[in-house]
Amino acid sequence: MSTHARLYWAASDSLVMIGRSLRHTVRSVDTLLLGAFLPTMLMLMFVHIFGGAIDTGTAYVTYVVPGVILLCAGYGSANTAVAVAADMVNGIVDRFRSLPILSSSVLTGHVVASVTRNLFATVLVLAVAFASGFRPTAGPLEWLAAIGLLVLFMLAMSWVSVFLGMLAGSVESASAFTFVVLFLPYLSSGFVPTATMPGFLRGFAEHQPITPMIEAIRGLLTDVPVDNPVPAAVAWFGGLLVVGYAASSVLFRHRRPR
Amino acid sequence: MTDDPIIRASGITKSFGKFTALRGVDLAVARGSIHALLGPNGAGKTTMVRILSTLLRPDGGDATVAGHDLLRHPDRVRASISLTGQYAAVDELLTGEENLVMMGRLGRLGGRAARRRAVELLERFDLTDARRRIVRTYSGGMRRRLDLAASLVTEPPLIFLDEPTTGLDPRSRQAMWDMVRELAATAVTVLLTTQYLEEADRLADRITLVDGGRVIAEGTAEQLKAQVGDERVELRLAGLDDFDRAVRDLGDRAVRPDRDSRTVSVPTDGSAAQLRALLDAMAARDVAVTRVELHRPTLDDAFLALTGTATAGPTPATAPARTGGGASTAVKENR
Repeated sequence: MSTHARLYWAASDSLVMIGRSLRHTVRSVDTLLLGAFLPTMLMLMFVHIFGGAIDTGTAYVTYVVPGVILLCAGYGSANTAVAVAADMVNGIVDRFRSLPILSSSVLTGHVVASVTRNLFATVLVLAVAFASGFRPTAGPLEWLAAIGLLVLFMLAMSWVSVFLGMLAGSVESASAFTFVVLFLPYLSSGFVPTATMPGFLRGFAEHQPITPMIEAIRGLLTDVPVDNPVPAAVAWFGGLLVVGYAASSVLFRHRRPR
Repeated sequence: MTDDPIIRASGITKSFGKFTALRGVDLAVARGSIHALLGPNGAGKTTMVRILSTLLRPDGGDATVAGHDLLRHPDRVRASISLTGQYAAVDELLTGEENLVMMGRLGRLGGRAARRRAVELLERFDLTDARRRIVRTYSGGMRRRLDLAASLVTEPPLIFLDEPTTGLDPRSRQAMWDMVRELAATAVTVLLTTQYLEEADRLADRITLVDGGRVIAEGTAEQLKAQVGDERVELRLAGLDDFDRAVRDLGDRAVRPDRDSRTVSVPTDGSAAQLRALLDAMAARDVAVTRVELHRPTLDDAFLALTGTATAGPTPATAPARTGGGASTAVKENR
């Protein structure tokens, strides 16, 4: 087969698989509801319940929006692990692998569907944020940069989730991972300034990858002052993306399901 | 060329850690045939199918599948085969139609051809009415039908069916058997694994008996049964007195006399004439015979004799005999 034909079929396989995963998304009503409900509730909770008691030096809604966006995007991406784990215990992946297709296209389908889902959730979070008084100062370029960073974050988290979903061996253990991801953003500068945390937590919070990502998006969207965290954010999640993708591809080819 | 076996494997070995699944399996499957890999759970059937369908790499041995070297050109092998696993490998959240269109597009059919093929197969497998329903709402039998349809989308010359009827109710199993037979009539080769002797007996042109990762025996169902022994007639006598006289009269021909159950067996060729002669002789001596059963060796007997293990078949072996015979299939069960 020529390189051209190869590329054509690789793209075609990936499109078919993306279509499959998007249909799954639309038809998993419970996941869909949770995906819409969680961001909305979190946003309202932080701004209107906790917000009054937390002093960050700026309006709390302005401070907290990037944290909620990443929390939801992270959790949404982590759910990819559950979808992948469910696929792996079903015979359909065997069938896909016995076809002469680009084997990683089934994983690509999961990741693209995940990013699409999460972008919708992000729009929802922003809508609630605006309604709650969020007034970003970003210009068009800064918005673009912020969206770019977010997509990088979603891609990296999704590929890592794909890898863990394959590793998990069951839907239950894959769900446990989403729980970890749900809590990780709390140990960052997302909801309260790290300076208010006890020493050992602060050390973790300041050096975990989510913190520079949150700071970067905060710096781009609002006028809250930050050091330049963009290189660190790109390095972390660019690295995770490469590692997650490579590890997933290798594991998918060599793993014997069940 | 076409007389070449479509699968030719030799010396296939495979271990998972300390567990040795295959200890040097040879296999030749004739084009257009139904070939069964028969064996108990853990015999290595599924591992063998996974290797031949490129899902697993063997540790040793080599194989040619559909004219392509399994190890050097797995992609070419994949283009000629289709695999149906132990659990229906269809997408639960897609409709029946979407499943088939998806398989068609992945099988390089192109959008329009894939849709046309899907409609055709839905019709053939009696799923047209359910085509817009999500597979999750299908019954077990419908899923297997869809699964088989999905295997046929690209019209591969070789189909692997891994335990196609496990977990199906008797009616769905019968329907599945009919469909597999239809397939074989269209020059498709089917390699199926099963732990059901009855299934192998009814469907397969040739049977390879596997146990403990080895091939124990190979041949047609008749050949395998013939390895176990001949048919015999079992007579049940009215009283102990009848029993004693019958055994004395039969002399050397009496096999396995059992005074407790008042039964004695006699080798037979199964012909009516011989049976009549036997019963007439008994009547002439005034020996009262109450029941007659014809025992012919079943694959169960072959299996027991060759492996020393029972299987989980739907017709469990009724004979305790490992010592070469004593099958007990009542006349009424013989069709």
